[in-house]
Amino acid sequence: MNPFFQAWPPEASIHAVRVDQLFMAFTALTVLLTAPVFILMAIFAIRYRHGRDVDRTHAPSHGVRIETAWTLAPFLLALAFFGYSSWLFFDEGRAPPDALTIDVLAKQWMWKFEHPGGQREINDLHVPAGQPVKLVMTSQDVIHSLFLPALRLKQDVLPGRYTTLWFKADRPGIYALRCSQFCGFDHAVMAGRFVVMRPGDYARWLQAAGTDGSLAQQGFQLYRRLGCSGCHAAQSTQRAPSLEGLYGHPIPLEGGRVVVADDQYLRDSILAPNKDVAAGYQPIMPTFARQVSEADLLALVAYLKSLGAGPDQEARR
Amino acid sequence: MSDYVTLREPYAVSGQQRDADFLGMYLFLGAEGMMFGALFCLAFAYRTVHPQASALAARHMQLWIATANTAILLTSSLFVALAVHAARNGARRVTAAMLGVALALGLAFLGLKGVEYGIDYRDGLMPVIGHPAAVREGPAGLFIDLYFVVTALHALHLTIGLFLLAWTAAVVLARRKRIPAQAVVVEMTGLYWHFVDVVWVFVFPIFYLARG
Amino acid sequence: MTAQPVLQTPEERESYLNAGHSLRSWLLSTDHKRIAILYLFAISFFFFIAAGAAALIRLNLLTPNGTLLSREGYNRAFTLHGVVMVWFFLIPSIPNTFGNFLIPLMIGARDMAFPRLNLASWYIYLGGGLFTLYALIAGGVDTGWTFYTPLSTMFANGHVLAVIAGITVAGFSSILTGLNFIVTIHKLRAPGMTWGRLPLFIWSHYATSLILVLATPVLAMTLILLSAERALHLGIFDPALGGDPLLFQHLFWFYSHPAVYIMILPAMGVVSELVTAGARKRVFGYWFVACASLAIAAVGFLVWGHHMFVSGQSAYASAIFSFLSLVVAVPSAVKVYNWTATLYKGDILLDPPLLYAMAFIGLFTIGGLSGLMLALLAVDEHVHDTYFVVAHFHYIMVGGAVSGFLGAIHFWWPKITGRLYSLTWGRVSAAGIFFGFNLTFFPQYILGYLGMPRRYHVYPPQFQALNVLSSAGASVLAAAYLLPVVYLIWSLRNGPPAGPNPWDAKGLEWQTASPPPTHNFDTIPVVDRPAYDYPLTRGVADE
Repeated sequence: MNPFFQAWPPEASIHAVRVDQLFMAFTALTVLLTAPVFILMAIFAIRYRHGRDVDRTHAPSHGVRIETAWTLAPFLLALAFFGYSSWLFFDEGRAPPDALTIDVLAKQWMWKFEHPGGQREINDLHVPAGQPVKLVMTSQDVIHSLFLPALRLKQDVLPGRYTTLWFKADRPGIYALRCSQFCGFDHAVMAGRFVVMRPGDYARWLQAAGTDGSLAQQGFQLYRRLGCSGCHAAQSTQRAPSLEGLYGHPIPLEGGRVVVADDQYLRDSILAPNKDVAAGYQPIMPTFARQVSEADLLALVAYLKSLGAGPDQEARR
Repeated sequence: MSDYVTLREPYAVSGQQRDADFLGMYLFLGAEGMMFGALFCLAFAYRTVHPQASALAARHMQLWIATANTAILLTSSLFVALAVHAARNGARRVTAAMLGVALALGLAFLGLKGVEYGIDYRDGLMPVIGHPAAVREGPAGLFIDLYFVVTALHALHLTIGLFLLAWTAAVVLARRKRIPAQAVVVEMTGLYWHFVDVVWVFVFPIFYLARG
Repeated sequence: MTAQPVLQTPEERESYLNAGHSLRSWLLSTDHKRIAILYLFAISFFFFIAAGAAALIRLNLLTPNGTLLSREGYNRAFTLHGVVMVWFFLIPSIPNTFGNFLIPLMIGARDMAFPRLNLASWYIYLGGGLFTLYALIAGGVDTGWTFYTPLSTMFANGHVLAVIAGITVAGFSSILTGLNFIVTIHKLRAPGMTWGRLPLFIWSHYATSLILVLATPVLAMTLILLSAERALHLGIFDPALGGDPLLFQHLFWFYSHPAVYIMILPAMGVVSELVTAGARKRVFGYWFVACASLAIAAVGFLVWGHHMFVSGQSAYASAIFSFLSLVVAVPSAVKVYNWTATLYKGDILLDPPLLYAMAFIGLFTIGGLSGLMLALLAVDEHVHDTYFVVAHFHYIMVGGAVSGFLGAIHFWWPKITGRLYSLTWGRVSAAGIFFGFNLTFFPQYILGYLGMPRRYHVYPPQFQALNVLSSAGASVLAAAYLLPVVYLIWSLRNGPPAGPNPWDAKGLEWQTASPPPTHNFDTIPVVDRPAYDYPLTRGVADE
């Protein structure tokens, strides 16, 4: 098999297949229009090079007909492509009324998705295959752009207004989900997985994601949903302090002071992270003041306390 | 008329030099027009999106001061036009006097504008300083902030115009530029002043009159 | 090259170059040729600074984890690369050097319409440029050259205000230069130099100047508004007040899309000169090519929305912008076909200028057609803000505008300096740039379609092979860019004297001495022939 096609991005919907066909057809048109220029330039450069004994009489200096022809022909060809591509685009602009609506909130630098049943997830998006899904998106800070390469779709996500995107993914699988509008420091890692599941699997996933548990377990859910684990997990690429065994221990701060990690400190660190930064770390943690309620804070602190007793298996049990 | 013209470097004929000066000035004013045009487009866009808030904000503006300023500025343009006419006829003192009147009217405009800004400050319309009024919260704030940007930039252009008027009157009076041979100096200053006037003719209806 | 009689070296003759040797005689000169040389130094300096940033970017992208630069460092590097390349190299590159040097010579004038304004415009440009550069290096800005709000107004750190101020100042230099060109072309043509006899280089610079004068002020105002919002916390585009960040994008692209034509139109003018001189034959379809420049400038003002297909603008607006973007490609296609047809039955010498022109035609055609793909709504929805876009605009700006710039240097170098450079090395550098360029940027088309977004400091490992290929190409390209610097500087002392017209070209600039005297012509020429009046029919090879 040709390695070029092995490297072709996966197609998870009919729309993706159509866009690929359009793209390949236009590539063919590009070759069709470019090849004569390259070939003729080469032929002329060789045939009419200085010193060759060739017929140079009656060299034309203009020709209205031929110019009109080579002006109009490519344009009319391109117009056909314009028609088809605009149809595809408009088709992608009208969501069917029965579409499953998922809310999307973007912020520096994470994606938050909320399913109709209240199930929330961070960075990963699970959707059922074969069913129209409509994303209603807004941003909490700057402009982001949700990019789903497997669907050949993207849509900017703006602060202060909603933008929508709908699709029907047909092929179950795990695909990429990225931010494509430059949004600052961690733009390149504002990414996750786009998981297309069989409808039965999706229903089971919803159930599993929706269960409530103890305060610490709720805190753990929040910890995951808010994306804390994205930076604070041991295997994370981000330089953020590990939170295991943190509670009740002294923390050296930037600037030489030392504080004890009590409830108050944990709370402040979530709401105003740059107030007291642990020594050796950059003040890059965003504030969560606008995303967490007091109840959420209690749950989070409960979870962090539970980590102090040992590895985080305890909360998951 | 061309006996006194001093030709600058690339020119061989005085008419050519004069044409070039005019074309250059028109292009410069065209560029300036595009600058203010961008602002007026923005004002138009926000008025379309937030019609009520824009009208509400416009009602906070000092209509009477702006109307007086419009009259003052239009009158000053008349005197500048008279100065150009006098310059073409070689009336040195009349030219300087007309420019002087225009200058005084321009200063009056700036003075009234200052009074108006003072009232805006008292009413809490100013951004950053003062006690912000309730109307500044929300879309009316966009309109008000745009008003400050536009009027401040207009005032800046007007101030440059005042310096030009003063300089032109001085060099004409001191015979450092001879009229009518070098009347083009007065004509250029006049064009710039008319442009400042024209900008105001757009500012006035957009920010003061459209309050319905 | 036919055998020349013994020529005077440039040092032996009176010319603009030895009209004065003090630094002061250069820095206070109002001679358009000297100002052009001042610009040549300044833009070369900015080019190598911005190219250095590009080298850092490509080195960093050798590995998926981006080990060379920190995230912030990377974001600052591509912002510096974009800002400096766009505003301090590409936009002034051909107009302010070659336009300045050649417009008066080509139309038979002694200088620009406003010589002192011309010099002032250089100082404004240099002041703005150095200030911007200092802010970019000392403080750093990580917004990208597009300064999208609210990232640039409320979230980005760094010296955003200073950089914006520098760009705004430089914008006034653009406006004054464009104004000067238009007035010069209107009012200072030599007797008999009718509009129909103007070289195509002049037509394209006329179109460029219209854009400079009419579009740049909108950018200046947009950046002033941005500064007001950032510095004074005014609500201009603030969504919290009901403002719309998309309005910033509309205003920004209203300038920045025509700005692309500011970069490419002068290069097209250069290529028209190079192709006719290389083929020693009249350009095919003079009026089509001339009007195509004006059409590009006019329609170019109406296509800015194609940068915003996925931004949330109305789908109907997007469809109209998509259609107009296809329309604006038509005059460009006309030019490409006419240049190719000009070679037919020519008397072709494959000297470096023609090689650069051919590189331009090839790369511009590929870049332009990939631009049409981006103009198709459904394709753009996938490749927008990916490396496909990066590849596209580098084909236009580097493959097109920079090739045109280098072609111009190789064509007019004998006129500017009075010396010939090594033609062999010139051919080697043209070939090296063509090869290195394609190796650098063709893989980026594929990367983009595979789904690699632009401005990524780190990337998924499956994209590494193509990124390594691209970085390898960049190193070839870097070497190929340095090569002309070496042999051109070498030629200043050691090149043979060029004589007034080494290429057997027909423009008025070739009728005066090389380098030209301070006042360009001993007597102002009277023009009685059309441009490029090579004999219409020619027998068998005229040896």
